[in-house]
Amino acid sequence: MTPRWVVIAKVVVWAACLAPFGWLAVRVNFLPELLGANPVEEILDTCGKTALNLLMLTLAVTPIRRSTGINRLLSFRRLLGLFAFFYVVLHFSSYALLDLGLQWGTLLVDITERPYITVGFTALVLLVPLAATSTHALQRRLGRNWVKLHRLVYVVAVLGVVHYWWQVKSKADVGDPLFYAVVLALLFGARLLHYRSVHAKAAVPPANQRVEPPQAHEKPGH
Amino acid sequence: MSRRKLLAGAVAAGLLPSILSSVEAATIPANGEFTGITKWPDSTTDKVNSLEHIAGYNNYYEFGTDKADPARYAHTLKTKPWSVQVTGAAARTGTYTLEDILAPHSLQERIYRHRCVEAWSMVIPWDGFPLADLIKRFEPTSAAKYVQFFTLADPEQMPGVRRGYLEWPYREGLTIEEAMHPLTFVAVGIYGKVLPNQNGAPLRTVIPWKYGFKSTKSIVRIHFTEQRPQTSWNMAAPTEYGFYSNVNPEVDHPRWSQATEKRLGAGTSIFQLSAARIPTLMFNGYTEQVADLYRGLDLVKNY
Repeated sequence: MTPRWVVIAKVVVWAACLAPFGWLAVRVNFLPELLGANPVEEILDTCGKTALNLLMLTLAVTPIRRSTGINRLLSFRRLLGLFAFFYVVLHFSSYALLDLGLQWGTLLVDITERPYITVGFTALVLLVPLAATSTHALQRRLGRNWVKLHRLVYVVAVLGVVHYWWQVKSKADVGDPLFYAVVLALLFGARLLHYRSVHAKAAVPPANQRVEPPQAHEKPGH
Repeated sequence: MSRRKLLAGAVAAGLLPSILSSVEAATIPANGEFTGITKWPDSTTDKVNSLEHIAGYNNYYEFGTDKADPARYAHTLKTKPWSVQVTGAAARTGTYTLEDILAPHSLQERIYRHRCVEAWSMVIPWDGFPLADLIKRFEPTSAAKYVQFFTLADPEQMPGVRRGYLEWPYREGLTIEEAMHPLTFVAVGIYGKVLPNQNGAPLRTVIPWKYGFKSTKSIVRIHFTEQRPQTSWNMAAPTEYGFYSNVNPEVDHPRWSQATEKRLGAGTSIFQLSAARIPTLMFNGYTEQVADLYRGLDLVKNY
């Protein structure tokens, strides 16, 4: 049986993940003046930043689970990841529909010739197979391959931060993307530490005994 | 020399108190509302943006880089007293008070399209007078090939200046021909009211056929020079922002297209938002008036 705290936490996480979308929908439909002079920019910013926040949180689940030993946290990873995908799709479709007014030619030129858009679009494309294989059934069926495939999320996170960084107008104004870059570096750092400690435990022969190191028994976690 | 010019010269030279110069003299009104503004016949008939949008969505990095920052923080800007230094290749250099600057000019409302280099645009009813009328009073010499403008850079009043977003003070420049062009405007008001601080109070330039950053807000110095002057955005990113920066749908910004623009203020329904992207016009639609300035110039190289 699912513990009570997990049920409550799931409800809270769902509400928190839907809140930015809900607030956007309320403003678009009922309080347009709160969106300011450039509503499309506000919509794009909200969806883009929420997607990045959720990507970082998704990547934070595993290190937090390892350090706290609360394995139940794993069941939140998929939820957060799928909401990140939701906001990435919303971000892109707002760009194509609301910003460009579905000018397909411009969209194509943007994707192929504007590096920050190329990078952002690549992140979206790479997220599609991850979202498509996120069910428990497919996770079991794909086994090791599922783990390998889902390592793409690291690439997506890096591309997301680069996408944000490359559109800053003044070089001195990289504060916000820098914040995400630092968070991402910390998340990578936590994984590196874990990987090294696992290897150290698995294979540290005394220096005076020349033996072949054993094959890695434990695979680095996701 | 006309009587008016003579008077203007005398006022500029400090020979006459400005109050005597003309009955239609522009002054900064105590209640914030200008009177006696005439309407320019060539104003655009496009739908004008609301004051709320014009004064709520600004690039004025001296107050922060978010579009809402200037409206949030510009209240600390002190526009009274204000003076403008005139330096370089001109006969009448020196320091002029804002009252001296405005005195001989009568105000006109001009509704111009405003195209930002970031590919959004607004339509703004400026109140002011042609820059040429002001420049003539300083009697630039034949060495004055360019005019450079400087914005105030006071870290006490401007939180953004404490951070190195750009090379402060903000500086911009025009050729003397561009500066003397009848469309080049000095704005002191919007919608008949004194300029909001975030829009560049107490006086700013408006050059409607160039990207918005070519205009200079809260001007404290005007410099006449023979050399092409430094300009802040060009110093920050020379491959992205050239000296001319004329609105040109055929020359893209390295990071985005300039072929179209988002006209702000169209409404927030999905249909209105998606329809708000419109083609960008050469010289922002002022080709007929300004094309002669650039005859024979390669506008791709001279972006």
